[in-house]
Amino acid sequence: MSATETVPVAEGIDTLDALEAEAIHIIREVVAEFERPVLLFSGGKDSVLVLHLAAKAFWPAKVPFPVLHVDTGHNFPEVIEFRDRTVERLGLRLEVASVQDYLDDGRLSERADGTRNPLQTQPLLDGIAAGRHDAVFGGARRDEDKARAKERILSLRDEFGQWDPRNQRPELWDLYNGRHTVGQHVRAFPISNWTELDVWRYIEREGIELPPLYYAHEREVYLRDGMWRAISDVSPARADETVERRIVRYRTVGDMSCTGAVESDAASVGDVVREIALSTLTERGATRADDRISEAAMEDRKKDGYF
Amino acid sequence: MGALLRFATAGSVDDGKSTLVGRLLHDSKAILADQLESVTRTSAERGFGGEPGAIDFALLTDGLRAEREQGITIDVAYRYFSTGRRSFILADCPGHVQYTRNMVTGATTADAVVVLVDARNGVLEQTRRHLAVVALLRVPHVIIAVNKIDLLDYSQSAYDTVASDVAALARELGLADTHVIPVSALAGDNIVDRSANTPWFDGPSLLELLETLPSLDELETEFEALRMPVQLVIRPQGSLAHDVADAEAFRDYRAFAGRIASGTVRVGDRVQVFPGGATTTVTGIDAGSTTVEAASAPRSVSLRLADQLDAARGAVIVAEGALPTPRRELDASVFWLGATPLRPGARVLVKSGTSTVQALVTDIVGRRDLDTLALEPAGALEINDIGQVRVRLAAELPVEEYSTHRRAGAFLVIDPQSGYTLAAGIVTEAPPASPEAVAEAEAAAAWVAV
Repeated sequence: MSATETVPVAEGIDTLDALEAEAIHIIREVVAEFERPVLLFSGGKDSVLVLHLAAKAFWPAKVPFPVLHVDTGHNFPEVIEFRDRTVERLGLRLEVASVQDYLDDGRLSERADGTRNPLQTQPLLDGIAAGRHDAVFGGARRDEDKARAKERILSLRDEFGQWDPRNQRPELWDLYNGRHTVGQHVRAFPISNWTELDVWRYIEREGIELPPLYYAHEREVYLRDGMWRAISDVSPARADETVERRIVRYRTVGDMSCTGAVESDAASVGDVVREIALSTLTERGATRADDRISEAAMEDRKKDGYF
Repeated sequence: MGALLRFATAGSVDDGKSTLVGRLLHDSKAILADQLESVTRTSAERGFGGEPGAIDFALLTDGLRAEREQGITIDVAYRYFSTGRRSFILADCPGHVQYTRNMVTGATTADAVVVLVDARNGVLEQTRRHLAVVALLRVPHVIIAVNKIDLLDYSQSAYDTVASDVAALARELGLADTHVIPVSALAGDNIVDRSANTPWFDGPSLLELLETLPSLDELETEFEALRMPVQLVIRPQGSLAHDVADAEAFRDYRAFAGRIASGTVRVGDRVQVFPGGATTTVTGIDAGSTTVEAASAPRSVSLRLADQLDAARGAVIVAEGALPTPRRELDASVFWLGATPLRPGARVLVKSGTSTVQALVTDIVGRRDLDTLALEPAGALEINDIGQVRVRLAAELPVEEYSTHRRAGAFLVIDPQSGYTLAAGIVTEAPPASPEAVAEAEAAAAWVAV
């Protein structure tokens, strides 16, 4: 960094305070202006963070909306356990949109590569329609992906759940325009402006509990496409892949069939903060096979209604 | 770590803005290995540059397929980086397609704007226009990066010419805090480190300056009276959070939730509530389950008040004596962003703070000529026009002039049918009367004097 004399920036609120204030403001705006909001909740750190912020926004009242999980059927068991325990603790209603149900009755069919991430879109849209939800909170962040970098904080979706990136409403000051008509809904991203490191520093500061697989643990894994993949029923190793035990952790928690682990001995939140600060790879680049398909993989999924 | 700084970058097409943004991100190590690899690969596929490994930095910010395929930037892209001293949110505003829309979007949330000027071309018409938008939106800090100074052999006189043009413009436009830095985004001069190639320049590098500028909230909080628009009222009644130990103590809990727009609130402060103007006392400030003694803009808090007031969303809590004058008629500047032109008589929605009201645009006073900033007569405002209008509101709003209070003077104009955001609006003083009106008034005064 530049070698200059240190001029202290004026005392005041720090980055995490500013991001928290912005996120709580957004969550309250959506609850005030929409009839039936819902939070997409996977048990992953970003959705856990949004839920934590929502709890702060309305305390001492409880969070005034349910949570919706799009269940691919390929979940890490520890994450499902965490999801259920969290929902129970906060006294929230859990809605589940099950990809497995769609596969069982033939509305969807399994992809050749076995990954179920792209299959989530239809159950998600049906789940939103079934709950008559007019606003859907998500934990997406702009630093995750180039297409997400162009996403609005409040983002309108048409009757088909589609995102039209060329026709987005300008977003001005901190005035959010939530106008929509019947059939449309709005996706709301309160932590748009947080980076992965901000999320972890805030988790550390607030003492937020996460599923254990975010921290270093020993696991049976094999190397595929440069990522450590967990051995499971839905993600078996091929004959030419060597299974070994490694100390790993997950930077993102998604569908088991396409989420990879990283080698890490970061066993505590403090360790993770230090590790992320030094990391030379983005979290999606390091751990998501589905985003490696093309430069525009995320944009194409988002246009079709993905979160 | 210092306060977050939000800044926007703007420039004409070939000023090298993408290179500057890429350089800032690259040199502050905000670009990670897999992003760099992906961009390097795509650069090579598209035959960018002559040298192997040359990087088209624009690919880092052009996130959409259409942008990469057409080699244009359509929309504002947000980028994040931090140094040891501060975190930054960068709104990268494309310069050519719908540049007013993008500039306005970027500038409304910016603590600072970096405007690029090609040292070889100096201050152009588009530079004037960018600076006019920045001035009208009252962005606190403006940095002019005089780029490609390396192509002029680091000529001090080229820099001096731009600096004196900018100084004149800043006076003309009323820009508050203006900095001019000679840079080469390509070579890295004065971007992160001070350059030995410009010994005649004794100012900070671009990044040093960004690291030390006070943010909008740091500038304003101390000087302004408390103002907090109420977003909603929190009344848990039976529905308490799981971690509330003593349910009985919260049986009658009632608090006004909002984000502090300006100033500081302390327990015991006397406050007034719009509408009505009733005076009461702050008995508690809650930030989540933590009770605090004081809070300042831009915190989100819940205020408990001594008296049971009939206040709901749209109410505004202010320091005693700082009650705004309710307004049914607004004089305003609008930055028109809608595809359909604005004509007098248009029925729209106005969203200000936490209120949305019906409104009628009664009069288009004029369109601003961005070269002279003068108002010229206009029958309609087209997309990307900046105009002066009069608006009649269906209900009173507690607005202030934008020049004295940004958050209380900013509003959205929304199409009630499509829901589209048609314009960014700022409340102004009444525009000076037209020459004809002045002549009439003078004639009348002369008649009285006789």
